[in-house]
Amino acid sequence: MFLINCPYCGERDQSEFSCGGEAHIVRPKQPTELSDDQWAEYLFMRKNIKGIQFERWNHAHGCRKWFNMVRDTSNDKIYAVYKMGEKSPIE
Amino acid sequence: MMKNKYSIFSLIKNAFSQHENWKQAWGDPEPKKEYEAIIIGGGGHGLATAYYLAKKHNMRNIAVLEKGWIGGGNTGRNTTIIRSNYLWDASAGLYDHALKIWENLSQELNYNIMFSQRGVMNLAHNLQDVRDLKRRTHANRLNGIDAVWLNTNQVKEFCPIINTSPDIRYPVLGGTLQRRAGTARHDAVAWGYARGADEMGVDIIQNCEVKGIKRNRDQVEGVETSKGFIKTKKIGVVAAGHSSVIANMAGLKLPLESKPLQALVSEPVKPIIDTVVMSNAVHAYVSQSDKGELVIGAGTDAYVSYTQRGSHDVVEGTLKAILELYPIFSRMKMLRQWGGIVDICPDASPIISKTNIKGLYFNCGWGTGGFKATPGSGDLFAHTIANDEPHKLNAAFNLNRFVSGDLVDEHGAAAVAH
Repeated sequence: MFLINCPYCGERDQSEFSCGGEAHIVRPKQPTELSDDQWAEYLFMRKNIKGIQFERWNHAHGCRKWFNMVRDTSNDKIYAVYKMGEKSPIE
Repeated sequence: MMKNKYSIFSLIKNAFSQHENWKQAWGDPEPKKEYEAIIIGGGGHGLATAYYLAKKHNMRNIAVLEKGWIGGGNTGRNTTIIRSNYLWDASAGLYDHALKIWENLSQELNYNIMFSQRGVMNLAHNLQDVRDLKRRTHANRLNGIDAVWLNTNQVKEFCPIINTSPDIRYPVLGGTLQRRAGTARHDAVAWGYARGADEMGVDIIQNCEVKGIKRNRDQVEGVETSKGFIKTKKIGVVAAGHSSVIANMAGLKLPLESKPLQALVSEPVKPIIDTVVMSNAVHAYVSQSDKGELVIGAGTDAYVSYTQRGSHDVVEGTLKAILELYPIFSRMKMLRQWGGIVDICPDASPIISKTNIKGLYFNCGWGTGGFKATPGSGDLFAHTIANDEPHKLNAAFNLNRFVSGDLVDEHGAAAVAH
């Protein structure tokens, strides 16, 4: 449990948000040309990192907008929050 | 066969020396230079794997590496529920295989794991629940697993403290009961398997963290650990919530997400609930330990985290549901709350599988319900490692199902949806 600084609404309780999992997984441009392995990679395989992870969040019980977050999954410390389409301030 | 068989006579004999001369149940060896196989993770599943590798496949030169102490992870952090009433054939086969081993495990290990077939009841709170659970009882019985449907009055009769009033928010419309299901003492399972494995020559190495996996192209060569490099040609990874961390060391990605799952126990009270009651719709399950504590399972946080603590709102939601179903618990004080990191597959079924790296095997993805499968999981994983081929009972639980699309989708069918 932690506070999240929504880029649109400001700091709110984490229970207002829902997590959309790993960020920057790009939907394949030509799905018809994908092999089964590539589909599996896109749909199911996840880095599931213990440490700094990039992920998508949605302010479900607030503005309902999606945004990205950089969070350390080993201690839940948040390093950056940035809007969809923006470049991460942290590499 | 046992070096120090536990019995009524050994108990009496040791009573005369004030119980000060009991022998250590397992050793504390330093790692050798090389093993035939190495198991990463000294929880119930890992220790069971080592036990069956030694017992059924005659692999004695093996080691279990545990970064903390054995049974100190999720084995010691779960709600100890054992059942096999799963919907799909593959799951039914897997979990009932485990349940059959549980039924004789205390005798086999010569270690009292306190297995108690007190029954597990799953409640239905809406029409869809009723349909799903009835379907599940039929599926169970076709697979030879005992299951009965109870109406509301029968639920009340079986567990009188449940509030079956029709005017609560989610009224009880009935439930299913598996009488062969129940609970076991989680620590004893780890200790019993450790003692059994140790007796057959398995090295159980605690405080030994794996730092890297060495591979030569597509064949594993050994593991880097906090106690130095250890050579081996076969590695079985049974690291639960940290499976992805180990996979990353070998350059693999797994279809897993690790999340904290919470549970809590109350202060001990006199016997009040003599079964296990689970409810999917309101997400609450409860049983009573032999010490008298209520053991309550909560949900997972909905985001990846390795913090071994969970959010307060998750516990709050579970306790609200518990109080509506059991008003009698309203003055209970909760004694302890904890979180364990569980690795969840997209289809909520486990992976017991080879990988495309030769000699590297994974037993993971048990998500929120791995304890019940401990003996079966160890047995089948040992078979997979020893023969480099899955047993027919775990063939469906391979890694390739995420490529082929042949999932074992228990997510919609689980007793408690996390």
